[in-house]
Amino acid sequence: MIYVEGLRKRYKAKEALRGIDLEVPAGTVCGLLGPNGAGKTTAVRILATLLRPDAGRAEVAGLDVVRDADRLRFRIGLAGQHAAVDELLTGRRNLELFARLYHLSRAGARRRAGELLERFGLAEAGRRPVKEYSGGMRRRLDLAASLIVSPPVLFMDEPTTGLDPRSRMQLWDLLRDLVKEGTTLLLTTQYLDEADQLADQVVVLREGVVAAAGSPAELKRAVGGDRVRVLFREARDVDAGLRVLRATGSPELDGADARQVTVPAADGAQSLVRIAGALDAAGIPVEDLALRRPTLDEVFLRLTA
Amino acid sequence: MTKPSFDTLRWTVLDSLTIAGRTYSRQAAQPGEILAFLVFPVIMTVLFGYVFGSAITLPNGGDYRDYLMPGIFMQVMAMTATAAATAVGEDMARGIIDRFRAQPIARSAVLVGRSVADLSMHLLSLAAMVLAGILLAGWRAHGSLGATAAAFGLLVLFGFAMIWVGTYIGLWVQSGAQADAATFGWLFPMTFLANTFVPIEGLPAWLKPVADWNPMSAVVAATRELFGNPTSVSSAWPLRHPVAASVLWSVAIIVVFVPLSVNRYRSTSR
Ligand SMILES: Nc1ncnc2c1ncn2[C@@H]1O[C@H](COP(=O)(O)OP(=O)(O)OP(=O)(O)O)[C@@H](O)[C@H]1O
Ligand SMILES: [Mg+2]
Repeated sequence: MIYVEGLRKRYKAKEALRGIDLEVPAGTVCGLLGPNGAGKTTAVRILATLLRPDAGRAEVAGLDVVRDADRLRFRIGLAGQHAAVDELLTGRRNLELFARLYHLSRAGARRRAGELLERFGLAEAGRRPVKEYSGGMRRRLDLAASLIVSPPVLFMDEPTTGLDPRSRMQLWDLLRDLVKEGTTLLLTTQYLDEADQLADQVVVLREGVVAAAGSPAELKRAVGGDRVRVLFREARDVDAGLRVLRATGSPELDGADARQVTVPAADGAQSLVRIAGALDAAGIPVEDLALRRPTLDEVFLRLTA
Repeated sequence: MTKPSFDTLRWTVLDSLTIAGRTYSRQAAQPGEILAFLVFPVIMTVLFGYVFGSAITLPNGGDYRDYLMPGIFMQVMAMTATAAATAVGEDMARGIIDRFRAQPIARSAVLVGRSVADLSMHLLSLAAMVLAGILLAGWRAHGSLGATAAAFGLLVLFGFAMIWVGTYIGLWVQSGAQADAATFGWLFPMTFLANTFVPIEGLPAWLKPVADWNPMSAVVAATRELFGNPTSVSSAWPLRHPVAASVLWSVAIIVVFVPLSVNRYRSTSR
């Protein structure tokens, strides 16, 4: 549904994209991840026909983003980095305005605005001017405005930046529903848990190039498997503990705390059970024992360092 | 899309009307703004008409307040640029221009719709200004009905041109405040570097050519002539043929700034 090859973009002195390849199958979610200045917004703006690439090719819904821009605009929705709605107008008037600009009839625009307000929990708020909205409501209205023509492809640039955890989860649910209905979604984010929650595929950008790509699980595996972390109660037990742990793997002392040791857990939770049993049998007291899976944060920090 | 050009034209008009409707809705949502619009003329009339007016005598005779009012009318029309730049700059900063650009809207509709709606709003403040002039300064048009209409026509044309100057500037800035600074800063002083408030004859020799060739001087001189109000005299071409000069200036500004703005709006290189 989205196909990108060798995409490059330079702003005067700064090369924002230095050859990006990307493929997003229909009906899936791609999370574009990267630190500030990585080129996420630039990539989204090119795909949404706002910016012309210097080199490379990008196709969305089978249409070239440069040559077929006019036709493509009927088939995409864009929610930018800031909620792009008119503060002075009511939520309803905003949606009607954007609907009219998609050439819906007056009655059609009114009907569509009503449907979207209802769907995004803004039926009441629709009568009030947007400047009275909370950040979460504004974001939902912005999303609604991007969905007027039910576009098959949706771009969202940092959709949940600045939202509280509840609003964020609300928005995630709305996005999951859209994807269930068949929408292809490309979203940028700086939040790893967001990519983890929503994305089928994560592409990590760093300084305008793809640093890594794959499913969240694949990326985590690439950084390292599960580990068991053992925190002994007494420092003097550590040597005895290491002898016991060597039977299950190769334990490493943790620099942060002299009482802490980590062991690779090849069998996941089963390894944890085995280690617990062995330590208990040897009578070594443990303060804390935990199975740790690598987080996307670790992937992110490792890849964008 | 290669559609018949009639369709393109039709959508340009309809989209422009939709955008104009948005401008009106915004205006209706902030009645305070409109009030400010209407109070400003009163302040200007009183400030210049009575405070400065008492200190200025016209070299060619005539009543200063009669001389002043066409200048203030022109100033109201010139400052349309600031309002347009601020509004466009705000839309840029909020990403609303981006949203419009990602929608299949006719090429020039967003800017054309805005400019026309803007102009109609400014006609309201021009009307307020005229009323203030008549009631507070005893200003009158002494020319024929046709000449009076022509004078207002020139003011409207000039205002429309200045809206496009402001629109273009607004498309380059990152916020409404920046747009305000990028227009008001030179525009407001420029309305004084002309025959707007003082007789041009008294200016120092190095400043006089600036005032002579300032498009605002041509507009003011033309409207004074058409209204039959006292005017100031200069041998510079634009002020000897003020009506022709102000039409030329306004048309030139429009011909330059409309395509520049539309291109900037469409530009995919920013
Ligand atoms: N209009 C512009 N002119 C010049 N440089 C730009 C422009 N827009 C972006 N850049 C530069 O290009 C690079 C990529 O910017 P971009 O906005 O795509 O990054 P981003 O990943 O979206 O960052 P953020 O997380 O901060 O939103 C940055 O170094 C930025 O400074
Ligand atoms: Mg960004």
